[in-house]
Amino acid sequence: PVATAEQPTHPPHNSQPLPLPPSVPPAAMAMESLGVLLLHPMNAYLEQELDSRFRLFRFWDSPPDGRAEFLRANSSAIRAVVGNAGYNADAALIDALPSLEIVASFSVGIDRVDLPKCRERGIRVTNTPDVLTDDVADLAVGLAIAALRKIPQADRYVRAGLWKAKGDYTLTTRFSGKRVAILGLGRIGLAIAKRAEAFGCSISYHSRSEKPFPNYKFFTNVVDLAANCDVLIVACSLNAETHHMVNRKVMDALGPDGVLINIGRGALVDEPELVSALLEKRLGAAGLDVFEHEPFAPEQLFSLDNVVLVPHVGSDTEETCKAMADLVLKNLEAHALNKPLLTPVP
Amino acid sequence: VALLAVVATLKLATMAAAGGKPAVLLLRPVDAPFAAALRDRFRVLDLYAPGQALPALAFVAAAAAVPEPPRATVIWGGVRVDASFLDAAPSLRCVVSTAAGLDHIDLAECARRGVAVANSGEVYSTDVADYAVGLLLDVLRRVSASERYVRRGSWAAQGDYPLGSKLGGKRVGIIGLGNIGSRIAKRLEAFGCIIHYNSRKPKDSVSYKYFPNVHELAAESDVLVVACALNKATRHIVNKDVLEALGKDGVVVNIGRGANIDEAELVIALREGKIAGAGLDVFEHEPKVPAELFSMENVVLSRHVAVLTEESRSDLRAHTIGNLEAFFSGQPLLTPVHADSLAQ
Repeated sequence: PVATAEQPTHPPHNSQPLPLPPSVPPAAMAMESLGVLLLHPMNAYLEQELDSRFRLFRFWDSPPDGRAEFLRANSSAIRAVVGNAGYNADAALIDALPSLEIVASFSVGIDRVDLPKCRERGIRVTNTPDVLTDDVADLAVGLAIAALRKIPQADRYVRAGLWKAKGDYTLTTRFSGKRVAILGLGRIGLAIAKRAEAFGCSISYHSRSEKPFPNYKFFTNVVDLAANCDVLIVACSLNAETHHMVNRKVMDALGPDGVLINIGRGALVDEPELVSALLEKRLGAAGLDVFEHEPFAPEQLFSLDNVVLVPHVGSDTEETCKAMADLVLKNLEAHALNKPLLTPVP
Repeated sequence: VALLAVVATLKLATMAAAGGKPAVLLLRPVDAPFAAALRDRFRVLDLYAPGQALPALAFVAAAAAVPEPPRATVIWGGVRVDASFLDAAPSLRCVVSTAAGLDHIDLAECARRGVAVANSGEVYSTDVADYAVGLLLDVLRRVSASERYVRRGSWAAQGDYPLGSKLGGKRVGIIGLGNIGSRIAKRLEAFGCIIHYNSRKPKDSVSYKYFPNVHELAAESDVLVVACALNKATRHIVNKDVLEALGKDGVVVNIGRGANIDEAELVIALREGKIAGAGLDVFEHEPKVPAELFSMENVVLSRHVAVLTEESRSDLRAHTIGNLEAFFSGQPLLTPVHADSLAQ
């Protein structure tokens, strides 16, 4: 029998004493024994660290038709799940993992985590707020400027060898001074407001409740918000109340000179309505980081020059992904060591 | 001042009423609203009038020979105002340029002849600053590159696009802290950037860190933004040494003039990974763009459109008319340029 720190064996009578066991700190053991299921190869550094600090299970190691078996085989070991914006702990997964104690999401949005089921099972949930606020806000403004000033369009034009004459251009419209409306004045919404203000933009918003910012005009409904702005930026979280919040009425109110920017979740906007509004020129322009069925963006938009489409890159910088990964790791560590979680979802 | 303004208005009104609207030599194409605004106030001698076939200098000489020849001209960057131009139209006492830069005007020669020069003032500054920020965000966050990826169906087929780089916390070195550079600084501060700059002289009114030369600026910056005028001192101000000092994680944004950067060296630096990326609205030999850039994912290419918005168009119209009216009523120009001021 191998001696452990907790259970030293007594040396048998008349023999040499057994060598002392290697001392394995309880903390490291607690961490190494935490089985973590990573749902998707979302970040190499995160995966590497999960593997070295915990007991890592990679969901994609099992073939798509072998997933149920994979979960069954490892269900007693898996006590944690790491998901992200696209792949997370839904009801089916939670049901398949009876030992699940914590879901640590590599994202701030957790619309794909079945929160009621987690609450019911006493499963704790953590996300990655704050560390990605700046990058997402930066992208929102970057998309607004790109859409209004048609930067990707200019880049395409030049790369296609179409720039033949010096005076060849189309007039676009100025970003500075535009009326910017923000749907959701949380951390990200506020960071967007601060940046837009530096461009002389006026700020209005809609939120569940009015916030203590007298310089920002509060609207109680989204249609009025859209009717009174030039650029509408969607920055709220996705839940049952906000699903398809930006609907046809809102887009018509925003109008043929209006610009819609979405850095929240695709399903905050009625995507088929968005496509027809753009194709029929009822909506002026759009800058989209998120879509209802990622990684599929509506192909009907690909031929339009007044749309900027990026593949959910809101927090996709080296700096921020590392910070997000570290936060996931620290939350899991805290859980393993019975310490307070850093960023639990209430 | 109020009395002077009344006198000026009367003088202008008298000339118009007498059918003697002052003559203006128009040497750039203008859109319909601009043309109408000019014709309402002035007798316009239009190089670009339909049917007008004389080449520019011949037209200028012909205009100079009419009774009551034009004392003011409206030009753009394509018109070289030098000794031979001024010789062709000795009646000119005022040049109003609608261009953003002044590299096409021999300011010393104008000063020698007592010809006043007005520039476009701050008409373009906001749009150019916005565009610079847009280009920088595009390069760092790969907006145009990842857009191409989506449009060709690669997101579904190949997965996530490679990571970009965070703007917040970057040290941005602005070359030229004039009307445009200062607006860029103010905007980027809101994104959490640290502003460094080089200018002919340090500016007491700002707290940004000043660098006496562009090499030192580049050595302590993550981003270089070219926002200065083009003149003898600033030609190729971003050269091979500066690019090396900027380093392999550095990004260059140019909304000045193509010739502010040694373009051949820039292409080499990008090809060899000596810098991380570039956002370029201007090139040394427009509309020629080095073809090697077309296949680079870390470069954003634009076609000299940083000033071109509806708003700057109408601002320019109002501003140009304002300068002309000031001149003809004996008032100081709104935005006079002096030979020694060299823009910033």
